[in-house]
Amino acid sequence: MKWLSEHAENELISEQVSSKSIIDLIDRQVGLHPKISALREKGREAFMRIGLPENKAEEFRHTPITRLLQKNLSLDPKENEIGPLKVDAGVDAGVDAGVDAVRIDGLDAYQVVFVNGIFSPSLSTLPTSSDIVVKSLADAVQAGEPVVLEHLGQYADVQTDGFVAWNTAAWSDGVFIHAKRNAVIDKPVYLVYWHQAETQEVISVVRNLIVVETNAQLQVFERYGSAGSANHFSNHVTEAVVQANGFLDLYTLQDDAGKRYQYAFTRIHQAPTSRVNTYTFTFDGKLVRNTLQLALDGEGIESHMFGLYLVSGDTIADNHTVVDHRQPNSFSNEIYKGILDGNSKGVFNGKIYVRPQAQKTNAFQANRNIIMSDGASVNTKPQLEIWADDVKCSHGCTTGQLDEEAIFYLQSRGIDKDTARAMMLFAFATEILDNIKHEGIRHYVESLIRERLHQ
Amino acid sequence: MLSIKNLQARIGDKQILNGINLEVKAGEVHAIMGPNGSGKSTLASVLAGREDYEVTAGEVEFRGKDLLEMAPEERAREGVFLAFQYPVEIPGVSTINFMKTALNKVLQARGQQTLDAVSFLKVMKEKMKLVDIDQSLLNRSLNEGFSGGEKKRNEIFQMAMLEPRLAILDETDSGLDIDALKVVANGVNKLRSSSNATIVVTHYQRLLDYIVPDYVHVLYKGKIVKSGKKDLALELEAKGYDWIKDEVAV
Repeated sequence: MKWLSEHAENELISEQVSSKSIIDLIDRQVGLHPKISALREKGREAFMRIGLPENKAEEFRHTPITRLLQKNLSLDPKENEIGPLKVDAGVDAGVDAGVDAVRIDGLDAYQVVFVNGIFSPSLSTLPTSSDIVVKSLADAVQAGEPVVLEHLGQYADVQTDGFVAWNTAAWSDGVFIHAKRNAVIDKPVYLVYWHQAETQEVISVVRNLIVVETNAQLQVFERYGSAGSANHFSNHVTEAVVQANGFLDLYTLQDDAGKRYQYAFTRIHQAPTSRVNTYTFTFDGKLVRNTLQLALDGEGIESHMFGLYLVSGDTIADNHTVVDHRQPNSFSNEIYKGILDGNSKGVFNGKIYVRPQAQKTNAFQANRNIIMSDGASVNTKPQLEIWADDVKCSHGCTTGQLDEEAIFYLQSRGIDKDTARAMMLFAFATEILDNIKHEGIRHYVESLIRERLHQ
Repeated sequence: MLSIKNLQARIGDKQILNGINLEVKAGEVHAIMGPNGSGKSTLASVLAGREDYEVTAGEVEFRGKDLLEMAPEERAREGVFLAFQYPVEIPGVSTINFMKTALNKVLQARGQQTLDAVSFLKVMKEKMKLVDIDQSLLNRSLNEGFSGGEKKRNEIFQMAMLEPRLAILDETDSGLDIDALKVVANGVNKLRSSSNATIVVTHYQRLLDYIVPDYVHVLYKGKIVKSGKKDLALELEAKGYDWIKDEVAV
């Protein structure tokens, strides 16, 4: 099929980074179960074959992630003894202060903390209700949780994406969230991915599985943070399944002020009449590459993907999204906005597939960017592949500067230029902010945006 | 209050103002009339500080200070207000938030007490009556999707809020039907006092039936070629601008 051949265009090679060394790095004796071990082996084989993306690979054309990883991180395990299994309980005490910094005052949430890719029971506050399971994925595999065995590895494709293959082979831990049938989960699950990178680099490989059963409602809020000035890298793969009539709101906040490089792959599989909202906020980090894929596998589905990247310095913020309409009568809407200052770089690539049987699809996409400096840039590319003939699809992208006439208008009323700019940038971001449903999260993200815009 | 001497300005390579002289005193209303392209809007823009224009000669004193030295926001804080010919639409910024920010900046600069949300709303409600503007309009994004009349009323509402010493109305009558024009003119008249002044820039005499000027100046090719009392406006309405052009040519 055409939509599959898309991936085959990626020229992925394996010799740039020794595949064996990456696998060895985090060859974990965790999550042991015959079925999962087979999956890990499948990941290892795939990774040996495809490796990390070549720098000219189409999917990474503007983000030379492999080169940056080679340059800034040592991927040879013999030279540095880091890795999730080196983290023992004693480290928890050392990260307390740091994790406190990412704790959000007034946000009532279940909290799940991972330190260097390993679940930290002492820093986490898990729900006690029988409506929901929130636990370490490694523990869940160890316990042979049937839901995990049924879903893990069923949605993220190991055969085409080297990072997913690596992750599948070598994940150290992650979260398993299971919202049970008809359960309305009262507060968000707040996931903190903490790196303790004070003197030594950290590489973590995190795997998440989220299962929202029929009629259940779940909110997940994930966030990255770190201590220290060493370079660090995280390879995250999240698979989510939202069953019939289920609701999932997934918030991702990427504002790690440390030297984080990251690859975050998220694939959400939606059953009929399910609702998914994703919110991706990228405010900081050295390199953020998000691959977000939604498979709309049923009728009456509604999906919204919101994104805001507000970056400066030398941050690279790369969002690759895919919406795959597989069945008729579903709706998707995507809006990503960017404000780029300093020498930052933005990349937006939005694919929409409408398969032949997916008649009466409504699919919309927009990407809007404001460039604040000569050194900042953005590459934006919509890709619509539509095989059905009775659909409504649209896309649009704009890149420009702030409207000088509008700034003059505000100035002419007594508002200084800096305030005028901040007001307009904040207004630009408002369209995304206003769509955040959870009040506590909205207030918090809004405060971060105001801080960044000095407003 | 305002003293303009030999003001010359250009945009790019195009010279537009060729030596304007004008004195405006507190309590006065001056109308600037003239055919299209004569430089009326340029004069208004230069006084408000639009950066597109380069002042090549002359000086402008406002209450004893050099106006041309000031940034646009400083001029506003000193009490200069430009009602735009084409008010700008700013999505995502509500008129209320915008006005609260602006008013507090102006009050602060004047050494006056800034307003909290409650007192701001009280002031706002009073001023809304002046131009018969509805609060639902002010809750919306600034000028976004407003009709022409709503935009102009919003300009006068902002003027009422900021209480300028010198208001410059740039073609405020353009695109208004007679009812909207009366509402706008009525608002302007209520704001007139012995301590402020108004410059009305217009192509047509119609607006001057409602905002009665003390002086009328005719601008042509970047110069004031004729000045008079309000009768001059009526004469222009009756005869058109051609006789002025002929007179200048002689």
